[in-house]
Amino acid sequence: MTNKIKIKIDGKEIITDQGKTIVEAAHENGIFIPTLCNFAGALPKGCCRMCTIKINNRFMTSCTTPAAHGMEVENNTNEINDFRKGIIELLFVSGNHFCPSCEKSGNCELQALAYRYQMMVPRFPYDFPMKSVDGSSPYIIKDQNRCILCKRCIKTIKDDLGRHYFAFKERGHKLEVLLDEKMGKEISSALAKKAMENCPVGSIIFKEVGFEVPIGQRKYDHKPIGSEIEN
Amino acid sequence: MPKKITIEPVTRVEGHGKVTIQIDDAGQVRETRLHIVEFRGFERFIQGRPYWEAPVLVQRLCGICPVSHHLAAAKALDVIVGAGTGLGLTPVGEKMRRLMHYGQIFQSHVLHFFHLASPDFLFGIDADPAIRNIIGVAMHHKDLAVQGVMMRKYGQEIIKFTAGKKIHGTGAIPGGINKNLSVEERDILLHGADPLNADKMVEWSVGALAFFKAYHKNNKTLVDTFAEFPSNHLSIVRADGAMDLYNGVLRAVDTEGTRILDDVDCQDYDKYIEEEVRNWSYMKFPYLKHLGKENGWYRVGPLARLNTCDFIPTPLAQKEFEEFKAYTHGKPNNMTLHYHWARLIETLHAAEEIRNLLQDTDLQNEDLVVKGKKSHRGVGVIEAPRGTLFHHYEINDNDQITLANLIVSTTNNNQPMNLAVNHTAKSFMNGQKEITEGMMNAVEVAIRAYDPCLSCATHAMGQMPLEMTLVNENNEIIDCKTK
Repeated sequence: MTNKIKIKIDGKEIITDQGKTIVEAAHENGIFIPTLCNFAGALPKGCCRMCTIKINNRFMTSCTTPAAHGMEVENNTNEINDFRKGIIELLFVSGNHFCPSCEKSGNCELQALAYRYQMMVPRFPYDFPMKSVDGSSPYIIKDQNRCILCKRCIKTIKDDLGRHYFAFKERGHKLEVLLDEKMGKEISSALAKKAMENCPVGSIIFKEVGFEVPIGQRKYDHKPIGSEIEN
Repeated sequence: MPKKITIEPVTRVEGHGKVTIQIDDAGQVRETRLHIVEFRGFERFIQGRPYWEAPVLVQRLCGICPVSHHLAAAKALDVIVGAGTGLGLTPVGEKMRRLMHYGQIFQSHVLHFFHLASPDFLFGIDADPAIRNIIGVAMHHKDLAVQGVMMRKYGQEIIKFTAGKKIHGTGAIPGGINKNLSVEERDILLHGADPLNADKMVEWSVGALAFFKAYHKNNKTLVDTFAEFPSNHLSIVRADGAMDLYNGVLRAVDTEGTRILDDVDCQDYDKYIEEEVRNWSYMKFPYLKHLGKENGWYRVGPLARLNTCDFIPTPLAQKEFEEFKAYTHGKPNNMTLHYHWARLIETLHAAEEIRNLLQDTDLQNEDLVVKGKKSHRGVGVIEAPRGTLFHHYEINDNDQITLANLIVSTTNNNQPMNLAVNHTAKSFMNGQKEITEGMMNAVEVAIRAYDPCLSCATHAMGQMPLEMTLVNENNEIIDCKTK
């Protein structure tokens, strides 16, 4: 039997199980904390910083911080929301995200977060990096222009032997997530679809099905991201 | 004293254009040029992209006729995914696209005639520019302005229901479409509250034609002689010679009506059409290869389509077509301002076609997409509001685009527009001591008749102004007027 603990998020008291992270506790209790790199079934790493909250006046990532009894968390404040918006803007300017022609538009978590946090024009200059597009797999197109390096594909897309299809290559500003050339050619259709679904943006594309879902029936066409959690 | 006039920007057209007119010591127009001064590069930056992105990406060339680009690209990709060259789609796939396209033709023609061109007819070419605009129309001819706005709205509603949204939708995908038309959507378009229903659109289209014909009757000399010059004409027509704005074979006729391109397959367009580059404009000059650069240029658009087709397959438009043809005794019509007449006949045809399509229950079918054996090359040709539009794509084994060639309607009309500018400048400016605003507007009226989309033609971005420069024989600028 798990021990129940109480924490406060933005002054609202919630009950959760000991051992849960703050983001898990919040979501279970209908409070939205945005995430990008965090993904069910994979170990949290806190690398994208979208889930940043404040505890005792310190910025923490809520996907890696366990909830502790009596904890008081700041989440939906102007300061934190602007910080999150800044992260979204940085992601937009550091890649080549052209929503108008992207088939993930309407289903894209980054785009949905940009709408939710009312990003209009990024406060940072665009980087316009030169990026490649790899279509050598029979089922997947890996578009580096849109990759936000969240690692969700690396962590969740593996074969029966536990081998990863995706991996980091290079370091620093050259860092990229690559689809292994040999394994990419052998990937099953089902796993390729899963890779596309797990990718929060349009960097992993299942071939030849783009735009089959009409406008109006896409995930975020009618309700903003997080509304499935909030009550 | 010799001088050069620059009209910049050209107003009430899409994109950014500039006209230069060279006048010699004797006050005679020596040379004129319509320059297109923007550059964009869609054909280059689409290389490397997944092919199914093309219909959604390339339509961003334009905010007025994105549907035409959307469908031309989708038609090219139909060939690539093995869905045939225009007639291989499922009935719902083809008819939804047709509905989308005729909605686009309807709204674009209405926009052009009511919003952009009608001020010249209602107030006169040399009227005060402060009144000679759509606001002036709204103030002094309220009923006409309301019709224009509501007709355009109706066309846009069709696009929304077929493509997902009014501008830059995603309805057409390689091999078909991503949605059908629900019964509720059909009923809104067919029997919507007055005036937004199919019957009213047909009625108003007839009224718009009557308006133009009355203007024509009272201004015969102007309408018939304004920038009138012989040319070839090109468009697609249905296999039986009927007007078909969505699909067909390529046909061209010369100024006497003799066929110079006899119903050839659109997939072979590059065997017959070549593009010339001139160093003073970003817009290329297409021509029919076998006739050469000098004689192979042609007109496209509503006037050309009425010159190439044998009949129009809807009754009211056919009746108007017969009257139109009788005016030139069955010969091709080369009168530039008759573009508007032809445009309004097409508007009526589109309204009739929309009404027919909406009553077709195939639109509610569920089999949206068809695919077959994939190939690496596809060409999609469609009659956009402004004329014949070519999209040509090639892909590699990784499904990425390796080549894109777009010949847009306005590009096809490049040489005729230059000639129209030349004719008008000579008619209005030869021997004149002073170049007035009205004279410069006459030059714009000539360009405007073609309904140019200069941003599409150069694949360019931004607003469309026109500039007119006056230079002397030594190419020194004497006067420059911008709008």
